[in-house]
Amino acid sequence: MQQDFKQSIDRALNNANLTGALGKFSEAYKVNRAKAYEGIDFEELRGKIASVKGYAASHLEELSRQFKENAEAKGAKVFCTKDPAQVREYILKVAKEAGVKSIVKSKSMATEEIHLNSYLEKAGIEVGETDLGEWIIQLAGQTPSHMVMPAIHMTKEEVSDLFSKEIDERLSSDIPRLVKVARNELRPKFLKADMGISGGNMACADTGSIVLVTNEGNARLVTSLPKIHIALVGIEKLVAHFSDIAPILKALPRSATAQLLTSYVSIITGPTLNSDGSMKDLHIILMDNRRSEMAADPIFKEAMQCIRCASCLNVCPIFRLVGGHVFGKVYTGGIGTILTAWYDELKSSEDIQGLCIQCGACKDVCPAKIDIPALIMEIRRRLVQKEGVPMLQKSIYAVVNNRRLFHGMLRAASIAGKPFSRGTKFIRHLPMFLADLTDGRSLPAIASKPFRDVFKTITQPKNLKEKAVFYGGCLIDFAYPEMGEALVKILNKAGVEVLFPEGQTCCGAPARYNGAYEVAAQNAEDNIQALLAERADYVVSACPTCTVALDHEFIATFESLGRKKYLPQARELAAKTIDFSTLVKKLVDEGRLSFKEGQHLGKITYHDSCHLKRTLHAEQSPRQLLQKAGYELSEMFECDICCGMGGSYSLKLPEISAPILQRKLKNIKDTGAPMVAMDCPGCVMQIRGGMDQLEGAPVRVQHTVELLAAQLKG
Amino acid sequence: MFEQFKTRAEGVSAEVHRFTTEAEALAFLVDFLRTEGVADAPGQYAVVADCPFLQSIDRQQLEEVAGLWLEVTRDRAAAAKVGISQMDWALADTGTLVQDASAIDKRLVSSLPIIHVALIATSGLLPDMPAWLSEAHPETAGYLAMITGPSRTADIERVLTIGVHGPERLIIVFVDQLGGTN
Ligand code: SF4
Ligand code: SF4
Repeated sequence: MQQDFKQSIDRALNNANLTGALGKFSEAYKVNRAKAYEGIDFEELRGKIASVKGYAASHLEELSRQFKENAEAKGAKVFCTKDPAQVREYILKVAKEAGVKSIVKSKSMATEEIHLNSYLEKAGIEVGETDLGEWIIQLAGQTPSHMVMPAIHMTKEEVSDLFSKEIDERLSSDIPRLVKVARNELRPKFLKADMGISGGNMACADTGSIVLVTNEGNARLVTSLPKIHIALVGIEKLVAHFSDIAPILKALPRSATAQLLTSYVSIITGPTLNSDGSMKDLHIILMDNRRSEMAADPIFKEAMQCIRCASCLNVCPIFRLVGGHVFGKVYTGGIGTILTAWYDELKSSEDIQGLCIQCGACKDVCPAKIDIPALIMEIRRRLVQKEGVPMLQKSIYAVVNNRRLFHGMLRAASIAGKPFSRGTKFIRHLPMFLADLTDGRSLPAIASKPFRDVFKTITQPKNLKEKAVFYGGCLIDFAYPEMGEALVKILNKAGVEVLFPEGQTCCGAPARYNGAYEVAAQNAEDNIQALLAERADYVVSACPTCTVALDHEFIATFESLGRKKYLPQARELAAKTIDFSTLVKKLVDEGRLSFKEGQHLGKITYHDSCHLKRTLHAEQSPRQLLQKAGYELSEMFECDICCGMGGSYSLKLPEISAPILQRKLKNIKDTGAPMVAMDCPGCVMQIRGGMDQLEGAPVRVQHTVELLAAQLKG
Repeated sequence: MFEQFKTRAEGVSAEVHRFTTEAEALAFLVDFLRTEGVADAPGQYAVVADCPFLQSIDRQQLEEVAGLWLEVTRDRAAAAKVGISQMDWALADTGTLVQDASAIDKRLVSSLPIIHVALIATSGLLPDMPAWLSEAHPETAGYLAMITGPSRTADIERVLTIGVHGPERLIIVFVDQLGGTN
């Protein structure tokens, strides 16, 4: 990782203003967004948006041509180009020919993308941003940190300092007063400007209309007062039909700012008369800048559906800690990582792609139905493909995949007391997700006997009517064999015999999440062979990350590598795979399993593991089971926000992982419950390790499997 | 629909009134302008964009208000406290007003002054955006404008602040018997 990248993370983390403000904002956002969407079928709505935008992405050329024809028929001049340099030159030429001295702009990320302001300023033209946030960062000489709220990283004190300097008068930090100052300062600029530059939120091919969605009213002035209006529109903004704007107008304000509709929506179709009776000179630039390449990519074309609402930033546990600037200069957050990889180049995303912890929170709220974490994984995969897996990592995978050796080394290291001695680099980096390098978290003791050996000593009842293959995964196998024992106990009680095929190995998640798809594919093949060799009714796992691997990612890995051989088996395995809580819930519902009656076990709170909730959608079963067993559920604040574990993430970016964990610990403690349950051994490791180092009465951290096993009837 | 509109519009800080006749609406308007201190001085003007409402009322009552202009220019609009225009549709589920704003006057009076008074025929109420989109004709209207509440920003510390570049007050006046629209 680049040194200056690490430094920019440190700077962001040490900026208490930033993390405090973003934290508060993201909390409020969640509540307000939910309110704005009340009574709306979000899945249906985003299905519509995905289909409208997906259609446009696969018909870009046709729609661009149609848009140009229709807009030109109405009198607009339309310029289509692939090249950002040509965009800049075109605008400068129009400005020069008309003798333009000053320009006012409303917010446009596309102009940020091509660094238009500095180009025009160099040519001696005055360029004024008029969106309040954009103006603030223009005055500060910064770049936007958020697509919707560009100056979200600044405090009112910083803004008042900037404004005071600008108007040469000492201002207080009273926000309404600062807003007034902006109004008064910018008004004369609007009135004198010779040209207005705007973006466009949508461009309708069948009518040649552009649609602008704003709140401040500056876009109305930018498009109405100056005699020349240039709209710079990325071709991803095209939609086929005018009526396609309905679902986008429904979702964009709700997702962006939790409004039912923004204060202003302007639909411009051809030029209209200026106030002096002359006709407006209206130019619309359709800019490609690698968007059509993106649309032609079978995987990344999904990103063309983005409506730039920034809700993926607002819910991202990483963004709310580090803010936007760590991500780069133009597009920030999860989607920004993807856009940067394309509009800039793949290499530019090398560091920032690592910021994503793959929690899936963004995917849940994206109104364009974009699987942002999956696309970031694909970036990782391509980076590895291009640049290769670092040697060090390669040797780690070799060890991880040899189960006995891996366990032996981990065990040796954990016995040595100071795990992973600092002496040799290799050992220090060895245990991908069993790292000790974070402050504020203790490493679990490595079990003296791995589950694979414990299993051989368990006697199961004879003649059970069903069979389940148990997939252990690294953590249960090596660190928490007792979870495996509990699982066997429960399933036996329900009449299910448990099999543990020895040939099972790492689920491949660590390799996959690091872009090493070849390694992950090998893991997938080994596991498929081992797990399908036994005839069983289920393949069950008590680790959601492993379950997701078996259930989805083996297939996805094969597909993205174009390996067809094991696909049918991968599908067969996926069909049999079930997570622990869902299986147990089913057995309870079928009357095959019950808990001791009349138990009052006291308060418990439940932490949602990312994969269990957002990929497997199985968050209700464990809650219901725990309550059935006699616990009184007391929900914590932000129960479904990531604990900061993220596999090897906590090792690579401990400075980000640690504060996320601290926040989780606080939310758990605040419930007053003496116990917290979860369904993922990774989360148990992270949260238990964190609790361990906390002052005061510790909260017990347990996997649901153990809690349930203790309450079985009979 | 009106009640829903009113709730939604008030929810975004607009003020909503409703009158049966044009005469009542006019009386309200004249009184409002007086209360707001409209006068023949820069910063205190009122500007009115041409609209059907003007055709059917006793214009003299308006013309008697000092500082009120029926001929809108950029400079007058920029120096006005109140801008008055008539809207074409109202969308109940979001509290939104919609207007064919192709005529620049309509945009000047609704974007430059501090207060925007929006007149609307009650018959222009529609349930929602899709209903409007099926009626809209962008091919014959160069500039369609939707307005939902006054101008706002949350760009400084995400604190909602009303009145940035556009009006800080939006007064919506429904008139049940308003002829000549739609
Ligand atoms: S998956 Fe989680 S960490 Fe990654 S971008 Fe989305 S919200 Fe952020
Ligand atoms: S990726 Fe989705 S959530 Fe993020 S800005 Fe685009 S549409 Fe919004």
